[in-house]
Amino acid sequence: MIELRNITKVYHLGEIDLPVLKGISLRIKEGEFVSLTGASGSGKSTLMNILGCLDRPSAGEFYIDGKDVAHYNENERAGLRNARIGFVFQNFNLLNRTSALENVMMPAIYALPAKSKTQIREHAIELMKLVGIDDRMDHTPSQLSGGQQQRVAIARSLINNPSILLADEPTGNLDSTTSVEVLNMFRELNRKQGITIIIVTHDPKTAAFTDRAIRMSDGLITEGVADELSIELKK
Amino acid sequence: MKLWPLFLTCLLALTRNPMRAALTVLGIVIGIAAVVAIMEIGEGSKKQISDSIASLGAGKIMVMGASVKTAGVSSGRAAIKASDAEILMEECSAFVINASPVVKTSAQVIVNGLNWSPETIAGGNEHYLNIESWKIAEGRGFDKSMVDNADRVCVVGRTIVKELFPDVNPIGQDIRIRDVIFKVIGVLEEKGAGHWGNDQDNSIFLPWTSIRMRLMGSPSTAVLTIAGAANKAKTNAAATFPSSSVALYPGTDLQSFTNAPHPLRTRTVNYVVAKIYDTENATPAMDAMTPVLRRHRGLKVGQLDDFEMRDSAQFSKMVTSTADTMSNLLLAVAMISLVVGGVGIMNIMMVSVTERTREIGLRMAVGARPRDIMSQFLLEAVLLCLVGGIIGILLGRLASIIVSVQNDWPVASSTSAIILSVSVAVIIGVVFGWYPAWKASRMDPIDALRHE
Repeated sequence: MIELRNITKVYHLGEIDLPVLKGISLRIKEGEFVSLTGASGSGKSTLMNILGCLDRPSAGEFYIDGKDVAHYNENERAGLRNARIGFVFQNFNLLNRTSALENVMMPAIYALPAKSKTQIREHAIELMKLVGIDDRMDHTPSQLSGGQQQRVAIARSLINNPSILLADEPTGNLDSTTSVEVLNMFRELNRKQGITIIIVTHDPKTAAFTDRAIRMSDGLITEGVADELSIELKK
Repeated sequence: MKLWPLFLTCLLALTRNPMRAALTVLGIVIGIAAVVAIMEIGEGSKKQISDSIASLGAGKIMVMGASVKTAGVSSGRAAIKASDAEILMEECSAFVINASPVVKTSAQVIVNGLNWSPETIAGGNEHYLNIESWKIAEGRGFDKSMVDNADRVCVVGRTIVKELFPDVNPIGQDIRIRDVIFKVIGVLEEKGAGHWGNDQDNSIFLPWTSIRMRLMGSPSTAVLTIAGAANKAKTNAAATFPSSSVALYPGTDLQSFTNAPHPLRTRTVNYVVAKIYDTENATPAMDAMTPVLRRHRGLKVGQLDDFEMRDSAQFSKMVTSTADTMSNLLLAVAMISLVVGGVGIMNIMMVSVTERTREIGLRMAVGARPRDIMSQFLLEAVLLCLVGGIIGILLGRLASIIVSVQNDWPVASSTSAIILSVSVAVIIGVVFGWYPAWKASRMDPIDALRHE
């Protein structure tokens, strides 16, 4: 379970303080399939970075499975990202001139305790079968279509068996047919494997595809906060 | 993180742009090759020097007459006498193995109409050949009785054999040195060139008494009487082959010699050479020899030594230190080129880090710790240097082999050169790879991922 309480994020641009998140409280339960939407400048990217433990909040509490991760140091956050969070990006972010299989295996080399190469390889092949591109294992990203690249990226995000999958505009660079395929894949992963999936998007159709749409505006959540949390916070 | 993926990642990154990697490495290759070649050549010349020092004889002390000055006016060198050698053997036996007086001369030698002038005609006592590290290849050396009797015997070096006895076994043959006939009783093993390129084998060795009495125009009859070899007077060279040189002063006749005895052991010689036990450090031996010689030579307290001593170690140290200075200087120059190569590595690593900002961001996002990124780039730099180092070693060896073949310089393959250059390559990789790697590891994953 992910829980945020009164998260604020302030950027210091020279003399000026720029508040981007102005007190976010949010709870995402394990196995949820949610989307995070909002206009650009609403702070959704910043929130996503905090959710992905890439960035630290300026103030507030942040728990993942009851652990206070707001005060984790750099190495602890790296370990957490590696073990618990899978990332899918809009522009896929695959390593060039590196085979699809190697790309999928990449995050596992940073895993602790270290796994053996064959173990990682087998798991990677399994995942590529799962996303349906096991026939393209030796292809480099430049030899793959956008949809195929995103499947490789999804397989990569799953290599360390994360409990949370964070997708930043996963369909942004894909045509509508492929987008639906990818979204269906997310749903499948959510249903069958119980992975918590958070999709950051500005596309209302994508948001509608998820179970809960969290809307942001001007650094605050305007819609989609779980009811019981609102009640809790009001108390 | 295990080593294999790190290693593979680095290899992959390097093979992605092989041309650039090759050019980057070139600086290191040239630097390491220079270091290896210079060290091998230096090692070779050092080995050659130490070989020739060994052939000159290690652990030797020469005692020579010092120049004597009276009220600032030099009056030549003080005489060294044969008895100085004897006293050293008697009283410094703790340090001195044995000692020999040495007399040198130069002369034309003739064998069956063949003329030759040896570089060295030297005389010593029965220990002399041993002191000078000569080994007898055939025949024998001269013994004590031959020295005492001033026998007309000699031992010759290889060059003499080659020049004067091209077809015959020299043992038992006659050789004419300045009109005196000597019998060859031994042939020496080959020694090769000396320090200054002189041919050490172009030498004839005799009992020092034979040179002193028979070749240097002394009143031989009288001396030989004292030496107890009067029976040989009949065969005296001066009688057999009258010398054409005119005596400037009247010789000493038997009468006057008997009146003023001038025994063999007080005859002057060129110098005395002593072989000591300690081949590394001659100082204790010299310290022990000085008072003995002073007393023997009748020097009073406060009087300056009228002799000086020189040890072979001192000499060899001087020669090797010159060679060392030279090769260290060249090594320093080669090291500078290595540093330049290292800066090249650093430059390329900086470019590489900037180019791969997104990759760094991605790796960090999926859980690479800063030190994982750091070790990746550091290993990449070290790997570059190591590959450069290995190629450099091969090239350097090749260069030193070419130099040795073309210029006939001595080279010696040196393990220390290889160990040194490999460690220098690795150190350069670490030193110059550190900053780019550190920069990479300090990146913010969010910014890095957004980097175009």
